[in-house]
Amino acid sequence: MPEKVILTAADIHRALVRIAHEIVERNRGCHDLVLVGILTRGTPLAQRLADTIAGFEGQEVPVGTLDIGLYRDDVPLHRLPTLRHTSIPLDISGQRVVLVDDVLYTGRSIRAALDALMDFGRPQMVQLAVLVDRGHRELPLRADYVGKNVPTSRDEEVAVKLAEVDGRDEVSIVQREGVRL
Amino acid sequence: MKAGTTPPTTARWGHPHVLDLDTFSLHDIQQVLETTDAMKEVLGRPIRRVPTLRGKTVATLFYEPSTRTRASFELAAKNLSADVVSMASATSSTVKGESLVDTVRTLEAMGVDVIVMRHPQSGAPYLAARHTGCSIINGGDGWHAHPTQALLDLYTLQERLGRLEGLRAVIVGDILHSRVARSNLYGMAAVGMEVTVCGPPTLLPPAFAVAFPHARRETELAAALEGADVVMALRLQQERQEAGLLPSVAEYIARYQITPQRLSLARPGALVLHPGPVNQGVELSPEVSYGAASLIESQVANGVAVRMALLYLMLGGEG
Repeated sequence: MPEKVILTAADIHRALVRIAHEIVERNRGCHDLVLVGILTRGTPLAQRLADTIAGFEGQEVPVGTLDIGLYRDDVPLHRLPTLRHTSIPLDISGQRVVLVDDVLYTGRSIRAALDALMDFGRPQMVQLAVLVDRGHRELPLRADYVGKNVPTSRDEEVAVKLAEVDGRDEVSIVQREGVRL
Repeated sequence: MKAGTTPPTTARWGHPHVLDLDTFSLHDIQQVLETTDAMKEVLGRPIRRVPTLRGKTVATLFYEPSTRTRASFELAAKNLSADVVSMASATSSTVKGESLVDTVRTLEAMGVDVIVMRHPQSGAPYLAARHTGCSIINGGDGWHAHPTQALLDLYTLQERLGRLEGLRAVIVGDILHSRVARSNLYGMAAVGMEVTVCGPPTLLPPAFAVAFPHARRETELAAALEGADVVMALRLQQERQEAGLLPSVAEYIARYQITPQRLSLARPGALVLHPGPVNQGVELSPEVSYGAASLIESQVANGVAVRMALLYLMLGGEG
């Protein structure tokens, strides 16, 4: 399967550092800030952002993790997401929540994540940070912070590898072999 | 897969019906227990509800009385946003002579997706499953099976002890008439537990050894308890004494009641399970049923989560 690397480990690192600064700039500090990573790869990204922010602001930002398996609207027939663990370490009511995910595509995962978040409380504001925005939105949703905009076709897949999950950092575009309707 | 985030892995669930654990592999049971973890997390939230089974309908069809099983299933369905229809035979057309098959077909025609059944005759849910496209979950059939009870028992043990393989369990009481014992025997065997069944000889038939060759049979409680990590006490039904299978309830209590002294014959820290409702002062002394070793309340709490997990696995993947 032909594969093209679009973000190296260094690129990913720089993007996350920039996003971390943008989050703090846009929110005028870390007050009331919570980072919530969408499983699977949004979670380590959220943690890295929190660590980076702690590095330059000297403040710990709480990090939560969200499994959206129970909220998805796109589970095809006979396929069942294995459920993971949601853990939101504090009451998010009144907080500024930044959802973090690896790839923004149709927007359906984000819609599911918003539904899940609303069951936990009433945030003051929800923002979205993604490593890659690959276009093809099917819902009127957008990211506030983007690592890289990558135009793709529907035959392609954006493969994100992160050290915490896959052993190394890399984002590549993979040509899909079979045709998906 | 159209979403930006691909789900981590996809499971396969191969059981259109949940009738007994004899058809469940270790992998199947592990899948249920892992899914139950996720459901327990939902039950810990301020809003104990997720939209996963929105638009699905679960019917409870109980031909025998029940508190915990029926309420547990109904709550499980509602927590997943499914609609619930409850039918108890005494107030249904069964009174007018409507057959089980007709009842089940009627529910199917109304758009019910899953029927949870409890019936006094062994095999009734199997009959229902043959005559309908609905999924059937067995909530207890005669003396035969109670698979969801066994699953919640296993979950409760794993939650408390962190593992199941190699644990030694003793099931005490009226084994002959116990669907809870039978399903647990299948489930415990699948997960690699060692099981001893113990009870009065009249309630512990030799034929048991044919169906469950791996279970050790004991009629002496002290011998059965030695080395046990888990003691499961079964409910003693008063009818058994009336039928002459027991000389008296007092004799059962004298020989088989689990008291703190008897529990000390098992491994230190041994845990106590009971499917409920407990006949206070019969199967368990109050010090045991309300004591630190008792997992009875956890069993009830976990019952909702386990049933949510099953409903999710059976219905959650259908677009």
